[in-house]
Amino acid sequence: MKAIATALAGCSSFLVVSIVIAQSGNANRPLAPAAPKYDAATYAELQKAPEKARNRPNPLQNDPEAVAAGAILFEQHCAECHGKSAEGSRKAPSLRASEVQSATPGTLFWLLTNGVVRKKMPVWSKLPEPQRWQLVRYIKSLGSAPSESPATKP
Amino acid sequence: MSLVCRIILFCLFLPCACSIFAPAPAAGQENPYFVAYDHYLEEPGNLEIEYFSTFGTQRGGNDFHAFWGEFEYGATAWWTTEFYLDGQSTFNDSTIFTGFRWENRFRVLKHEHFINPVLYVEYENKNGADKILKEGEGHDVESDFLVSNAAARKEHIHEIELKLILSSTFKGWNFTENTLAAKNLSNSPWEFGYALGASRPLALKAAAKRCTFCRQNFIGGVEMYGGLGDRHSFGLHDTSHYLAPVLGWNLPSGWTLRISPSFGLNDNSHQFLMRWGVSREITGFGSMVSRLLGARK
Repeated sequence: MKAIATALAGCSSFLVVSIVIAQSGNANRPLAPAAPKYDAATYAELQKAPEKARNRPNPLQNDPEAVAAGAILFEQHCAECHGKSAEGSRKAPSLRASEVQSATPGTLFWLLTNGVVRKKMPVWSKLPEPQRWQLVRYIKSLGSAPSESPATKP
Repeated sequence: MSLVCRIILFCLFLPCACSIFAPAPAAGQENPYFVAYDHYLEEPGNLEIEYFSTFGTQRGGNDFHAFWGEFEYGATAWWTTEFYLDGQSTFNDSTIFTGFRWENRFRVLKHEHFINPVLYVEYENKNGADKILKEGEGHDVESDFLVSNAAARKEHIHEIELKLILSSTFKGWNFTENTLAAKNLSNSPWEFGYALGASRPLALKAAAKRCTFCRQNFIGGVEMYGGLGDRHSFGLHDTSHYLAPVLGWNLPSGWTLRISPSFGLNDNSHQFLMRWGVSREITGFGSMVSRLLGARK
């Protein structure tokens, strides 16, 4: 019984840790979930891509299925934070912003591969390289206006 | 059914129940390993609920079925914390709860490198009847499991376990090497162990349509693990070692299934272990809890 009691205490501790972390993330957020706005600093990480990475071309640039495949990957792995249409949310910035859309495919690939660990963007190198390039194709296909993506059409 | 059995069953089925009713599954890209760890952590705010089983053969004794439930939470992009509940059934003996573990993994480097180190710290509070074989360490051998559950559970183990995880991803392959050092806090020597793993998705490109049986959803590989003795007698003598093909299937619904037959590599090892597991990742768990407690949206 002692072991069970200890286990239950452990469960409770685990829950408390989860809650504290979740709460601390919310502490400074505004009351109303207005359309999120992002300053230039949000996208500063894009500028950190090394030149070699920045100049890498997308090997799937001419793959006709890359955008559709990227859309599915986006929904599975990215939409939770960046929003279903990549419009951004309080968790992560819009990927339709001009900073993102004007970045080279190599820069976006570099960012996906390395993440921004200190700002909660995970490392996505667990997705194989071709899938990361498919995601880049999808993101670049979004443009700045919503619902223009061929992949989001029914 | 005794109260203890009910609590054990509750603890073990809780992960499955939670995952069935959880509202927001995410299609995972989970590795297929049972013992080895790679350098990928849980995404921040996500909770992965997992159930694993190990069936083991026992020479000179009763075969067993050990099982554990696991709650894996991405606290930040560089810290993942996990809580385990373990139990086992020894055939012709009994079913018992064997303890709990609290594990933490910390990503050391900010960016992706050719070799990516992750530090692992775990506290284990278990009894001597624990049979989940989640790692190979010290001089653990098959004959240790011959003791009856009633006698083995009297031994209480408080253990700290440290691991250095070194993992690489190259052309779709993941290669990982885990070095383990464990210390029973009741004045036992440091014990050592290792785990090696290699895995790769069956296809690297994603299909342009949703599919359950697409090759990219399957990840195959192999892992090898075992003990390396202790501080007083470091080495391979009187240690057990296993080689295990592994297969993971990431379903679009957010479930991941894993299976792995393990084969003992020497006379100190169980001849055969059959492992299987099911897991489900729930996105936004942290935010969900936060909202339930009245945090501002």
